[in-house]
Amino acid sequence: MPHKVLVNAAGCGCALPLGIARLGADWLRAKPLAKSVLICHIRAMKDAILKIENLRVEYRSRELGQATKVAVNGLNLEVFPGEVFGFLGPNGAGKTSTMNVLLGFVPPTQGAAYLFGVDVRQPIARQRIGYLPELTYYYKFLTAEELLRFYARIFKIPRAEVAGRIDAVLKLVDLTDARKRLIRTYSKGMQQRVGLAQALINRPDLLILDEPTSGLDPIGRMQVRQIIQRLKSEGRTVFFSSHELGEVERVCDRVAILHQGELKAEGKVADIEQKYQCGLEPAFLQIIGYQEAAV
Amino acid sequence: MNNVWAVSNVVIKELYRRKDFYVLFILTGLLTGLLWSLNFFNDDRIVRYLKELCLLMIWISALVIAVVTAARQIPAEREQRTIFPLLAKPITRGEFIVGKFFGCWLATGMALVVFYLFFWIVTATRESNVPIGSYLQAIWLHWWMLGVVVALTLLGSVIFVAPSSTITIILLAVGGILIVGRHLHHAALQLPEPSQTILSVIYFLIPHLEFFDTRDLVVHDWGTISWVVCGLATLYAVAYTTLFLLAAWMIFRRKALN
Repeated sequence: MPHKVLVNAAGCGCALPLGIARLGADWLRAKPLAKSVLICHIRAMKDAILKIENLRVEYRSRELGQATKVAVNGLNLEVFPGEVFGFLGPNGAGKTSTMNVLLGFVPPTQGAAYLFGVDVRQPIARQRIGYLPELTYYYKFLTAEELLRFYARIFKIPRAEVAGRIDAVLKLVDLTDARKRLIRTYSKGMQQRVGLAQALINRPDLLILDEPTSGLDPIGRMQVRQIIQRLKSEGRTVFFSSHELGEVERVCDRVAILHQGELKAEGKVADIEQKYQCGLEPAFLQIIGYQEAAV
Repeated sequence: MNNVWAVSNVVIKELYRRKDFYVLFILTGLLTGLLWSLNFFNDDRIVRYLKELCLLMIWISALVIAVVTAARQIPAEREQRTIFPLLAKPITRGEFIVGKFFGCWLATGMALVVFYLFFWIVTATRESNVPIGSYLQAIWLHWWMLGVVVALTLLGSVIFVAPSSTITIILLAVGGILIVGRHLHHAALQLPEPSQTILSVIYFLIPHLEFFDTRDLVVHDWGTISWVVCGLATLYAVAYTTLFLLAAWMIFRRKALN
């Protein structure tokens, strides 16, 4: 795979987006000495794949006298191609609200968010993303194959390609044998894997995963983690929220920690651990002001 | 239109994989078959009453299927959270609403064809002359009437949270329009102001679903109505359907899905 050549050549452990990697691969083969220079140049020039600018999300209560709830306040964030980005925070920190804005479910009260440079309010911004919600139930009266065919149609994937893509994603999530069964007969873990399959059907450049391992057994978690790592090795960008800090530590390049709607920390996992002189979990607890438990 | 058809296809699959339609169809079929098998005093005119009864049951069953199917579409998507992976894809909320409408309308149309086919077979066993033209007009206008009802129900489903509230309100409203809609204007003339104006405004605002009811023509073999009138009624239905879908989209596009 051309992008793998680039990743290895970079020697910095950062993956490159498929498009850039493919374009550069041939040229790089011809001039091997220029590899690292070019990669650094491309890295510097890359635009953020996901950009959040001064985002504020408010929920107005319908009841009289109830104050407006600020879910996200002044959030600025950038995620670059090829990164696995962990979006962390305790319950109610504003992670899901931010994701809801990114996916166009909730309009921002203030500020803006962009996917691939396109305002998230435009449906076309979602053409190159895959989204796995937390604990979502899919149409139970459909089979996994029918569900994927439905979503493939929305992405306008050419008919000739659909069958091949369905085979590939079902194989990836280990659901080939259950493809003709109605989703209502699936276990929770299988439903989560169908979720992953639907998130991958359009071969997204950016995956947004909302607590992808929530409610899964250890085997299910391991499988999801393996899939994320595989996507990372393919150079895809993954933006995911999770409470499983061990998991985040293992797969993420960078993390952002949100608390009470505000960004408290952002950076590489190793940098955060170095700054707080401890592992990610105690550092996380310190950042959100839960110092007693961190001791 | 690709997204619209994709969504409507799922709605149709849902209808034929659920049991509601089959229960209603079997119930209607059983009752009609039972009535048809009876021979009341060897009176041939009884066939008219039976046809009337059979058509009434078809109208009620089709109305229930249309309202119940449409009312639960959007609330069920939200409750079961299937709306999130769907709207996270490149599909607009307008396409989602229109897709739901076409799905419900086409599914109801299919149910209607099955009902009328059954009615036609049963009638053919008792009567030698089966007016095909009247039947076609009846089914066509009935289907368009249900289009207005489905659009109105979708509008109700984005306003009211619980599908049960939507179903009750829409069934009452549609029932009211069908029964008293045509008399509202006459009733208004008997009232003092401002009730007279209010009732007259209501009369001119509501979709007159009774325009689409040609059951009497079928029952009494009164022949077909002019196809021009039929076309105008279709345009009337298109106008109200568009209006209701537009209102549903305007409300739904501003709704935060969280």
